[in-house]
Amino acid sequence: MPRERMQAFEEEAVMKEIDFRASFREPELARALAEELSECQPAGPVQLMHVCGTHEHSIARAGIRSFLPEGVKLVAGPGCPVCVCPAGDIDLAMQAASKERVILTTFGDMFRVPSSDRSMERMKGAGADIRVVYSPFDSIRIARENPGREVVFMAVGFETTAGPIAASCDMESPGNYSVIPSIRLIPPALEFLLERSEGGINGFILPGHVSTVLGRKGYLFLNQYGIPSVIAGFEPVDILAALLDLLQQLEKRGPGKVRNLYGRVVREEGNRKARKIIEKVFRKTDSNWRGIGLITKSGLRFKDKYRRLDGAEKLGLEYNADAVDILPGCLCHRVILGEAEPEECPLFGTRCTPAVPFGPCMVSSEGTCRARYIYST
Amino acid sequence: MCLGVPMKVAEIKGNDAVAEAGSVSKSIRLDLLDNISVGDYVLIHTGYAIEKIDREEALETIELLRKVYAAGKDAGLRRGSSDEGD
Ligand code: SF4
Repeated sequence: MPRERMQAFEEEAVMKEIDFRASFREPELARALAEELSECQPAGPVQLMHVCGTHEHSIARAGIRSFLPEGVKLVAGPGCPVCVCPAGDIDLAMQAASKERVILTTFGDMFRVPSSDRSMERMKGAGADIRVVYSPFDSIRIARENPGREVVFMAVGFETTAGPIAASCDMESPGNYSVIPSIRLIPPALEFLLERSEGGINGFILPGHVSTVLGRKGYLFLNQYGIPSVIAGFEPVDILAALLDLLQQLEKRGPGKVRNLYGRVVREEGNRKARKIIEKVFRKTDSNWRGIGLITKSGLRFKDKYRRLDGAEKLGLEYNADAVDILPGCLCHRVILGEAEPEECPLFGTRCTPAVPFGPCMVSSEGTCRARYIYST
Repeated sequence: MCLGVPMKVAEIKGNDAVAEAGSVSKSIRLDLLDNISVGDYVLIHTGYAIEKIDREEALETIELLRKVYAAGKDAGLRRGSSDEGD
């Protein structure tokens, strides 16, 4: 095929791709779904929860809460890995950064999260070598380019990010690369939430990209609770369809099911290869969630075979268990559990704004307070 | 944080690849997927392709939703997609 024609062909293909994305934003279809949604008549009060910062963004941006019928509430659960990363973990990373010859790398969202006494951003301002990376692989590259330095990657995330992090550890990584893993798992958190709420949560919107790893099968444990749960994508049509599905499941009054409405990227079995790499490198451990506390088997730590990559061990860092997670006045510990709305916090929009955040939920782009602030003002 | 960006694979060299979306191109890693070819659409998260995008499935979902909600509304149609069982 001549080059030009090939190019035209390629461009058309990309257009088509954008086309199908656009379909999930199609105003007409979204309107029909929204209308249908607002006409639902649930038998009693209903509380639905999503557990994904990106969902919160889409919901706030598209104003989806305004289409919910009376009596239906949609709250944000602990869906922001940066928000639930305990101050102790951040302290650990900052301890690493204070050592000689260390370059600390982390995702942009982590950079400004307050720890017990300061953030990485402030520490960098004071001279520490802290670099924001987009990918775990960038950290590997920095390590290769700086053979005389130790590159420590402060690795925060849920299942979605655990794959890339594990992959960066499983390859022939340079000897001066290590990781402080602060990875948390969604299924144990869902169980925790269900047990804590004692029936107060009537349905879950499951996180689309965590689900690429787990697959629909990864949530079948929810069947024992009979709670309607739907894996959803991130366009308005995706979310509206998921909400409708949940309300229709509730209407039927039978035990709720786990359904997948994000079939374009989530497979029944999930991503086995990603899970295999994660299991090869890490094992499950009890983990502390900022604002929530300890959740059994909800975190990941290095298996013995990979301990040489454990940044805390390599540098002899000491965990500060007394680090303060929630500063007095901040309601994040209740916002994270969906038990308080950001607007209920007296600091919301006054002493706590995206420009000058006071609590973790206002710092991360995935934080509930931040999403709410950005789209409501 | 768990943001995923759909892109099209343009070049592959082992686990290193280049993906494109419109005029943007990015180096990505393929460690987490098998059997990816040039021309496939993938979802990128933190520089790694985490899943292949099934365009057919996307179009089917939309068609189904249109049928049930947009087109079938007057006829009083109202049903979810079929159960896939457990
Ligand atoms: S508004 Fe700020 S201080 Fe209040 S709960 Fe949210 S993050 Fe915490």
